[in-house]
Amino acid sequence: MSRVDEFHPSLIRGLWALTLRELKKWLKDPVMLVMFILQPLIWMGLLGKSMNIQGLFLSGNIGNISIPSIQVPGSLLNPPVNGVITIPSIIISKQLQEMFSNIGLNIMQNTFGVTDYFSYMAVGMISMIVMTTTMFSGMSIVWDRRLGFLNKVISTPVSRTAIIFAKILNATFRAIFQATVILALAYILGLQVSPTFTWLNIIGVYAAIFLLSIGLSSVFLAFSIRSTRMERPMQFVSLITMPLMFASNVFFPISLMPSWMQIIARVNPLTYLTDAIRQLTILPLDPSTLIIDFTYLSIFALVLATIGIILSWKYLTR
Amino acid sequence: MSDEVIVANKLTKIFNRNLVAVDHVSFNVKDGEIFGFLGPNGAGKTTTINMLTTVLKPTEGTASVLGYDIVKQANRVREVIGVVPQEYTADEDLTGYENMILCADLYGIPRDIARKRALELLELVELVGFKDKRVETYSGGMRRRLELACGLINRPKVLFLDEPTLGLDVQTRAATWSYIKRLKKEYDMTIFMTTHYLEEADTLCDRIAIIDHGKIIVVGTPSELKDSIGGDIITISIKENIDVTETIYSIGNVKEVKNENGTYWIKAEKGEVLAPLIVEALWRKGYTVTKLSITEPTLNEVYLEYTGRAIRDIKESREAIRMQRITLRRARAR
Repeated sequence: MSRVDEFHPSLIRGLWALTLRELKKWLKDPVMLVMFILQPLIWMGLLGKSMNIQGLFLSGNIGNISIPSIQVPGSLLNPPVNGVITIPSIIISKQLQEMFSNIGLNIMQNTFGVTDYFSYMAVGMISMIVMTTTMFSGMSIVWDRRLGFLNKVISTPVSRTAIIFAKILNATFRAIFQATVILALAYILGLQVSPTFTWLNIIGVYAAIFLLSIGLSSVFLAFSIRSTRMERPMQFVSLITMPLMFASNVFFPISLMPSWMQIIARVNPLTYLTDAIRQLTILPLDPSTLIIDFTYLSIFALVLATIGIILSWKYLTR
Repeated sequence: MSDEVIVANKLTKIFNRNLVAVDHVSFNVKDGEIFGFLGPNGAGKTTTINMLTTVLKPTEGTASVLGYDIVKQANRVREVIGVVPQEYTADEDLTGYENMILCADLYGIPRDIARKRALELLELVELVGFKDKRVETYSGGMRRRLELACGLINRPKVLFLDEPTLGLDVQTRAATWSYIKRLKKEYDMTIFMTTHYLEEADTLCDRIAIIDHGKIIVVGTPSELKDSIGGDIITISIKENIDVTETIYSIGNVKEVKNENGTYWIKAEKGEVLAPLIVEALWRKGYTVTKLSITEPTLNEVYLEYTGRAIRDIKESREAIRMQRITLRRARAR
């Protein structure tokens, strides 16, 4: 009776097998894939294009305000002339309109960092899809549990670390893939990259997404590993996505928000992810802010992943 | 190697500090036998299997599988056992073959060996023709066979089967039994299984432990258990409304008589010999026998005897019902 072929699964092997399973499942459901990309695409296309903020400052928007002619005493002119000079309203109006659109561009530049709102918003959409994808993939463990797959895996010698990390990695892969699609679509729709952009920056974008995904997915994993139904985690996700999105720089710069909201936005990891991606794509790169973004995201990932992994681990070895 | 493959000593699991699922259970499973846990849902069968397969940690007590402690040497245990859970755990989106390879990966079996084994096992459970079809197209019986094949990918010395035919129709159930027997023979394993089907326990198991409310009530071979009832059961009804218990006892060779509203359950070793004597004795006293039947005891009687109720009328937890509904739905798919 020497069938004693004792194989020991390595961590990497188990991790790869379990991650591959998730990715295969995902790729075999193209409808879901399209739906997931469609949602931010609709947001980006409709909201990003309809909220034509720079359009507010078009000269035509001044309308027909009556501008009187101005009379200037000739003595004020250089060189002085006798009598009173009248500047006709039509000239003033023209000057004003020109100034107005210059001011507009300046306001756009100072508020959003770019002169077109669409680029600003499109990057925000990348953050949004990263967040929702990550949360939902972390929650897929509920199904594994309900269908008995989780128990089955626990009874095999595969490393517990692999079980947890497969979920996290899967979430990260999905987020990165979808972010790439959204970025490409945004580019087609008119996203304007900054002069400091190089293709190498994409690696930085992925790194930032990776950090946020790890943190968020491990927390959601820990949160849903105990629940037997999908409803509760789903409710939770829809409850927190909106506030997280609006209390951040996804749609609007935080400097213009009321101060209480700024406080939320400044601890919101989405703010840092969005800013990091903007720095790397549409804004002229400012290394010092980018370092702050990455530091925050790293701390966020480290702390939340530690908590999430400890909690999940505890559950797996009940 | 010692003769005892599984040794459980006062194994106990308490959930949430007050729900005692398994209550100081001790038993031994011998090398090469099929040992069955028979009991209603919620009796603690699955919890016991979950502890033995290292999914749950016991609250109290110890157990070992092939000499490895289920807590301290959990990883060793995992390497030598195969588990076929109650649920259909194979991934519906993947093909049968992909599922087999996934299982192999979880055990760290090198790919070339894994491929060979996967095909060999699929052949054994007659799924080779469907190996590249998605599992969602499989019938309940096919899925069950795939689960069996997955559970054997690491050539386990001990196989755990949790409700192996739950939700299958009678024909598929019988077919699954023959697959289990064939696989056991082929791979020379010890099997620990749970079931709430009496017939299943009777056909498959070498020894049975009847478990109820987390406790083992009795252990024995099916025939030992049936014999322990005390032979056959004669059921008799008389027309008159008089208690004839004493008359029946006076015939001799009667083990036990129970009277329930004029119907008497009589336990005796040789029912076919005793029955005419009873009828005669009653007739002499002037009573009229209206009904008579003799039954050899089945596990049903054994179960009634030891638990005081039939196996069917049991309340189940909502969670168990939900899990089972998913399993049943998948069993009936297609």
